[in-house]
Amino acid sequence: MLVDKIEFSLLNPELIRKMSVAKITKTELYDQEGYPIEGGLMDPRLGVVDPGVRCRTCGGSVGECQGHFGCLELTRPIIHVHYAKILFSILKMICKKCSRILIDEKELKKIKERKLAFKKIVKLAEKRCPYCKQEQGKLKFIKPYTFTEDNEILNPIKLRERFEKMSDEDLEILGFKKMRPEWLILTLLPIPPVTVRPSITLETGERSEDDLTHKLVDIVRINERLKENIDLGAPDFIIEDLWELLQYHVSTYFDNEISGVPPARHRSGRILKTLSQRLKTKEGRFRGNLAGKRVNFSARTVITPDPMIDVDEVGIPQLIAKELTIPVRVNEKNIEEMKKFVLNGPENWPGANYIIRPDGRRKKITEQNKEDIVKEIAPGYIIERHLQDGEIALFNRQPSLHRMSIMAHRVRVMPFKTFRLNLSVCPPYNADFDGDEMNLHIPQTEEAQVEAEELMAVRKHIRSPRFSGPIIGAIIDHITGLYLLTHGKKKFDREEFTQLIRAVDPEIEIPDKKTMTGKEIFSMFLPKDFSIEHKSKSCVGCKKCLKERCEHDAYVVIKDGKMLCGTIDKAAVGDEEGKIIDKMEKLYGPEFVKKFLFKITRLAVDVLTKVGFSISISDQDLPQEAVSEIKNVLEKVRKDVDELIKLYEKGELKVLVGRTPKESLEHSIKITLRNGLNEIGSILEKSIKENSTIMMARSGAKGSMVNITQTAAVIGQETIMGERMERGYYERTFPHFKKGDISLEAKGFVSRGFRNGLTPFEFFFDAINSRESLMDKSLKTRHSGYMERRLVGALQDLKVEYDGTVRDSANRIIQFIPGEDGLDPSKVERVGVDVRGIAKELFR
Amino acid sequence: MKKINIERHELVPKHIILSEKERQELLEKYGITLKQLPKILVSDPIIQILNGKVGDVVKIIRKSPTAGEITHYRVVIKG
Repeated sequence: MLVDKIEFSLLNPELIRKMSVAKITKTELYDQEGYPIEGGLMDPRLGVVDPGVRCRTCGGSVGECQGHFGCLELTRPIIHVHYAKILFSILKMICKKCSRILIDEKELKKIKERKLAFKKIVKLAEKRCPYCKQEQGKLKFIKPYTFTEDNEILNPIKLRERFEKMSDEDLEILGFKKMRPEWLILTLLPIPPVTVRPSITLETGERSEDDLTHKLVDIVRINERLKENIDLGAPDFIIEDLWELLQYHVSTYFDNEISGVPPARHRSGRILKTLSQRLKTKEGRFRGNLAGKRVNFSARTVITPDPMIDVDEVGIPQLIAKELTIPVRVNEKNIEEMKKFVLNGPENWPGANYIIRPDGRRKKITEQNKEDIVKEIAPGYIIERHLQDGEIALFNRQPSLHRMSIMAHRVRVMPFKTFRLNLSVCPPYNADFDGDEMNLHIPQTEEAQVEAEELMAVRKHIRSPRFSGPIIGAIIDHITGLYLLTHGKKKFDREEFTQLIRAVDPEIEIPDKKTMTGKEIFSMFLPKDFSIEHKSKSCVGCKKCLKERCEHDAYVVIKDGKMLCGTIDKAAVGDEEGKIIDKMEKLYGPEFVKKFLFKITRLAVDVLTKVGFSISISDQDLPQEAVSEIKNVLEKVRKDVDELIKLYEKGELKVLVGRTPKESLEHSIKITLRNGLNEIGSILEKSIKENSTIMMARSGAKGSMVNITQTAAVIGQETIMGERMERGYYERTFPHFKKGDISLEAKGFVSRGFRNGLTPFEFFFDAINSRESLMDKSLKTRHSGYMERRLVGALQDLKVEYDGTVRDSANRIIQFIPGEDGLDPSKVERVGVDVRGIAKELFR
Repeated sequence: MKKINIERHELVPKHIILSEKERQELLEKYGITLKQLPKILVSDPIIQILNGKVGDVVKIIRKSPTAGEITHYRVVIKG
């Protein structure tokens, strides 16, 4: 059957009756023997949930029969809570006497031509009927389902009467096509099939019913009671009460979270999950079961690093490899191999878990039946065999913020229970190993495997489309290692360099030399025609660059595969900025870079293990002169600030344009402090001897000079929202300061470093500052996460067509050239030259 | 109040109404109908100045920091 179109409309009572297979009249579910009662809510005609039973309507068993609707005749009409709002809009628009739209003929005609929106028509309704001249009453809608006219309750029967009188022409103007407004008020309640609300049999043999069934029992019970009372001629107030109760039950059946209505509860006090609750929210039917589902052939576990596996590999525990399978069709060529898998069985890797016979029947391989299955196998059978080395797997870490969050890796089956990954792919996933978990998916068909390999392979994501530079590169220890190797003129004797080189490459020819410098060792792994020149991370930015003769060895020159000078650090091989990686990707392609990266990271790790590397608290020790120098700077800053405050109090401070005197003062203080801290920073850089901590900051491996200043010397000004501390008591931050004290100490200036320790008050200021940045960070990630979700929703089905236009799902053109320039930022080199700016200068 | 010619404003890209022939060529080039083009309202100030009618296609030449100049097309719709 071809679905040509779908129409959304109101459910017609006639249609409900037509699709209904059983009328529900009885409150009980089962008789004494435990069989479902006919006419009860578990009526056997409504479908099957128990295995072995056949459906009374269609004869299907569990799985075959989807279930059938029943219906319940409501004794009195009931308002559908979710329709109450629309109901009221229509009510306001029609005459209480003749039920025509309260707009005169002329105006109505105009509306009909222009097809005005429903919301706009509501506003045009007049107070007096233009047809029968009836003055309209004052209508009120009391949430959630009560309507009054001139303070008198309008019950659903009266409402229905009004709607029934409306003409089809009038309705069409309001947008009702093939629909009647009286259908908004329920007279016939469809009873969902039992498959929608299956009962569970507990171990004790007791039956536990679904929340919906519970709710429906309530409805049926009250409905019957209402009927009996009406038949008996009970007093009006009793009938009204029961009617109201029925309204409550039907309303909570649809939605159990209506404001102003107490939610219906289970006997245990648990709030019932009714229809709306099944659909709503992240775990609901739409977002939880339709937009996103649980998948097979996936795994999740903790990740741990492994520098010995290749960049685009992923280590998979054998336990998991025995669970994840790939279907392989048996043919003449592979039958012997397949038989071996089956003989290994499900317990021994590499084995197989299932066979699928040519007729589509699936059979589990067990230790007992594997010998029989081997005899049975013939071409045409499909074997679901265990995951093996070299297969393609999709590896993912949440939150999946960009396309590098899911990449295709090559499988490597390993012992133990964690996923292993190379450290170089940590930046794209934003992964570390403090307990992070990652997901793995196995593409099942050859087509899917090839597609994953072509589009998602790690090497195709070395260059990030975000900034057109490498996002995969050497990190932390790799950078430290290469820095130690290449900085200065370190020499390695024959035994040392042979070991280093052989650890990386078992085949490369070892030069016939007595000693080798680190730079020479590094050059071994460079291509013979590779040349580059760039400034290192450790470049201090001298006024005049001495290039090759740089006294900090911070100018890298590589000529024809020979490293002549400079130091390899983050600016050369790191992620986000590695210039060598960047250039190599362009010259030799991603596969080469992947191999190169693996080699130099192996080399770096070996250098580190050989040379040794550790940090110490004494790295933060300052020479006596430096301590007194810093003290002097702080003294001077304090004096300057006091001077500024004195000027301010006298009213002599120069007021800056666009600022109040107070703001001018704060600004000047901020500048004074900044200059002071910069001065301290340079004192530090000058006086601390080269040590491990400094080295890590210089090479870009981890930490920065600011971090070192804060630990060794002073933390500086603590701020809240960019201003000096304001909080706490009236006109002061702590009670031991004078009111109105705006000196440095009273406003959160910390003149000590972490190494020497803070005073309690300084510590408190620091805690305030830390808390602010912590809150900022968590709020920011949540905010931007939601923005991204909305953006993805809006852009998800945009696609670049073969004619080069960007189109949406309805084939409408969004852009004529993708991104205005038609360039793929992940295949473009980042260049820092402002050609346009230079041209402007030249041809002015 | 002084009347401003928005056409001469730096931030307003150049708009040109296509001739019937050019319009047909454009639709043929991309194999589309008018409905699939990006839209612009007749009440848009620039369309008012150009005296555009519903169904016209305007060619827009914009400045772009990466591509220099780019052309874009929009169909005039009522509203």
